[in-house]
Amino acid sequence: MNIIVASGKGGTGKTLVAANLAYALSDQKEVLLVDCDVEEPNLHLFFPQGGYELPVTTPVPVFDTDRCTACGKCAEVCRYGAITVLKDPPPLFFEKLCHSCGGCEMICPEGAIHEEERAIGKIRFSNPLDNIILISGILNEGEVMAPKVIAAAKSYAGGHPTTILDASPGIACPVVEAMQGADYCILVTESTPFGLHDLALAESVTRCLGIPSGVIINRFSEEDDQVMDFCRSKDLPVLMTIPFDREIARIQNTGGLISESMPAYREKFADLFSRVTSAGGFLS
Amino acid sequence: MKVCITSKGPGPDDMMEERFGRAPFFIFFDTESEEHNAVENPFASGAGGVGPRAAQVLIDNGAKSVVTGNVGGNALGALRAAGISIYFLREPGTVKAAFQQFKDGKLTKAF
Repeated sequence: MNIIVASGKGGTGKTLVAANLAYALSDQKEVLLVDCDVEEPNLHLFFPQGGYELPVTTPVPVFDTDRCTACGKCAEVCRYGAITVLKDPPPLFFEKLCHSCGGCEMICPEGAIHEEERAIGKIRFSNPLDNIILISGILNEGEVMAPKVIAAAKSYAGGHPTTILDASPGIACPVVEAMQGADYCILVTESTPFGLHDLALAESVTRCLGIPSGVIINRFSEEDDQVMDFCRSKDLPVLMTIPFDREIARIQNTGGLISESMPAYREKFADLFSRVTSAGGFLS
Repeated sequence: MKVCITSKGPGPDDMMEERFGRAPFFIFFDTESEEHNAVENPFASGAGGVGPRAAQVLIDNGAKSVVTGNVGGNALGALRAAGISIYFLREPGTVKAAFQQFKDGKLTKAF
């Protein structure tokens, strides 16, 4: 069972949901948490613990100046503008624009290009609680190839029976990469027009990818009809509402878990999991 | 000597374009003969990495200088590596007027 927590809008409480859901389930079973928000991973704030790291690398072209004739074919084939061919070899290479497609190496008629691995991020593994394993994808500062790091984090998580993934905000490539292969998507929104706007975008992505989804409304206001109306119109179940509550904010802001400090939430999250698994057609 | 002016349209009477990589057209002038030719920028609406590819168009067309409004980091690297001088002009005007200012030495070389 792979559950992804996404939102569209940033700061709605994805990490709150992922962390507390994992904690609530850790009573019964081992849970694997994957932080797919590789540009700003923050699940570890709730589960501080050292660990070990492995690098994530991506192949990039290296040019052999002696063989290069500055013919320009590599720059022509590069769809990302990562290569500029000057009058004299070697070509100018912009490593951060490179998507590692390998096209330049294939097309070079002189065999002047080979690929070497370049580090763009890392994966950190930790075991903060008995039944919780945390895998965090970390993209190095200034790098843009987030999907590569997300794919690496997910591949290390592959096959675990209870995986909860925390996506990044937005609906661009990193979110699509994180969502792919998920059995269920929890969309976290808030009772604001922005929350609703981005919920609609995120919902359209889950629909495109064919992932069943449900909604958690955080900082919920009783007068919030708009999000409710939207969910009804899209047949999206509202799985849980979390009130705009000072005590919750206080616990959250000290790095605490509401499902630890407020037993009612442990039950709520555990119950949420059983409803989600049955909605996804899974027996867990 | 060939100078490139970034342009909104294909002719010298069109307005100059302030953006470099996303300029719809590049107009190349020969400073001696004052003849010009326009090249449509195929990367004007590209998703990313348009700067270095636009610089490639200038390199392939033999430009030695460029007059534009602004140049991004990657394009700047490519233009400088290619030895193309960069002149900034940020007042709205036609391509022809920009060329005249360049020719009269009224523009200051930025890079």
